[in-house]
Amino acid sequence: MADPARDPHTSPPRAALAVEIVGLNKWFGEFHVLRDIDLTVARGERIVICGPSGSGKSTLLRCINHLEDWQGGRIVVDGIELTDDPKQIVAVRRDVGMVFQQFNLFPHLTVLENCTLAPIWVRRMPKRDAEALAMKYLERVKIADQAQKYPARLSGGQQQRVAIARALCMNPNIMLFDEPTSALDPEMVKEVLDTMVALALDGITMLVVSHEMGFARQVADRMIFMDDGQILEINKPKAFFDHPLHERTRLFLQQILR
Amino acid sequence: MAAASDMTVSFLRQTPAARLPTPALRGGVAGWLRASLFSSPFNIALTLLCALLIARAVPPLIRFFLIDANWSGSDREACLPSAGNPDPGACWAFVRVWLSYFVYGFYPIGQRWRVDLFLAALALGVVWLLWLGAPRRGIGAIYFFIVLPVLSLILLAGLPAIGLSFVPTNLWGGILVTIVVATVGMVVSLPLGILLALARRSHLPMVKWLAVAFIEFVRGVPLITVLFMASVMLPLFVPEQLAPDKLVRALIGVAMFASAYMAEVVRGGLNAIPRGQYEAAEALGLSYWRMNALVILPQALRVTLPNIVNTFIGLFKDTTLVFIVGIFDFLRTVEAAHSDPRWASPEIGVTGYAFAALFYFVCCYAMSRYARRVELRLARRGGREHDRERRDG
Repeated sequence: MADPARDPHTSPPRAALAVEIVGLNKWFGEFHVLRDIDLTVARGERIVICGPSGSGKSTLLRCINHLEDWQGGRIVVDGIELTDDPKQIVAVRRDVGMVFQQFNLFPHLTVLENCTLAPIWVRRMPKRDAEALAMKYLERVKIADQAQKYPARLSGGQQQRVAIARALCMNPNIMLFDEPTSALDPEMVKEVLDTMVALALDGITMLVVSHEMGFARQVADRMIFMDDGQILEINKPKAFFDHPLHERTRLFLQQILR
Repeated sequence: MAAASDMTVSFLRQTPAARLPTPALRGGVAGWLRASLFSSPFNIALTLLCALLIARAVPPLIRFFLIDANWSGSDREACLPSAGNPDPGACWAFVRVWLSYFVYGFYPIGQRWRVDLFLAALALGVVWLLWLGAPRRGIGAIYFFIVLPVLSLILLAGLPAIGLSFVPTNLWGGILVTIVVATVGMVVSLPLGILLALARRSHLPMVKWLAVAFIEFVRGVPLITVLFMASVMLPLFVPEQLAPDKLVRALIGVAMFASAYMAEVVRGGLNAIPRGQYEAAEALGLSYWRMNALVILPQALRVTLPNIVNTFIGLFKDTTLVFIVGIFDFLRTVEAAHSDPRWASPEIGVTGYAFAALFYFVCCYAMSRYARRVELRLARRGGREHDRERRDG
């Protein structure tokens, strides 16, 4: 398990495991969308989850910061057990950054205001400090020159990099990426992936739902293949791509790696 | 494609194509006229029909309200047919003589400076709050929502302790009452409407049902009924000496009614906000109230601004209904002035109502224009100014 030098700006670890999921079951109405999921993620670990659409991979990711409710099992994030208690939920969300497929930037705020909103109102940071922090992360995603613009003026790739900076401004211990490049025009995928690779090298815990297999090979510590609401295979990337254990993994990889 | 390669038409641009300026409007004014007004037989017919209507309607109106109008005088004699003016137009002399009654109602003449001061203080507050480039708008908001209501109450109702005699509300009237009812209705209905809209979308069943019951009940009965209930039924539940003033009861009725409508308008705006905005705000750890105040409502209110102003305009005109519970609003004072025998002449009615219409139109059109400007300004931020301005600039 990789354990590179931690980013000094993240808060100190409170638990040995970043994420612990035990016996997770979830239904959408009659549809059993997550079936008996068990997964532990160590600190600093980078995990890439793939699988056909409708396999439950996004739903699983969204359970980790309680954007989705579930009916059975338990999830512990950074030592905090997620219950229905709003205090626990907010505590977890302060600690977990999320990047969405559709960016979800706040269109009525400038790039800088998007980044300072949560530090000011959730972390209670003075405005000046929050802006300094935001500029640091905007520089890191190479978009500091656009700080005063509104998101609608930016390209998709730029918006997604702002979304990454916005999440980083909360100094999260864990980052969740929900198909971060699938809504992008092809020529913008690389700039976002490069940002994510740089982030991975910094040692933050990452769970990424993505079909970018080049990225997965480059940064993943473990690959997860999901189908039909279940985890069918967890494997090291090399083994996963070269000798998948599950027949369905092999078929899936064949289809997307044509 | 196969055919193309057979014909050896390979092409390689050697120099970049020049960027040319947008060509000027073809044909100038005449071209515009042709394209916009006379482009098809149907369009030509429409243009001619409109021109005919304007030619028939506008000159008589100008004649009646301006050319043949009587501007000065102290009784009906000024507005009766005479040798010099056999077919008299509007009797503006009537409006001039009665104007102070239209503005103040029966407010004691010696105390009317208090109303003037109130109107000036209100104008300052409105400009401070609505002028987007105004300095210190935070203080402006405190002034408008905290200082102004207290100041207005002291000024208008009186506070004998500081030498302002008590003026009971049954002496208030005219434009003063219309402005008070409309302002209170607007200032109360927006925040209350927002709360009701959020409550209606709440996951807590009791909160939701209460909001639905309030909105549907108040919206489902006419304003006149709400005013009657506030005016007649409220005293039944509250002891005599605690029963609020008649005007206050009407204000409560109007505010409730406007809030129910505003709640539905705001809910429409909330429905337009994509799920992802909520998720992004939640994922950042924002609480329910912060998420709504900082992320959702600024966008929802912006989307629904035309509808909010529409509701405000409707409310402004609905204030005329308070006469039903015996309150002398502006329109009621105009009607009351008609019955003065010293001014009995055929043109008085038309003149009075034309003046009332002018007042309501100026107020409502000002609201509409202001909202339009705010919309354009907000659209410019979103980077969509081009298509917005082109569509309905």
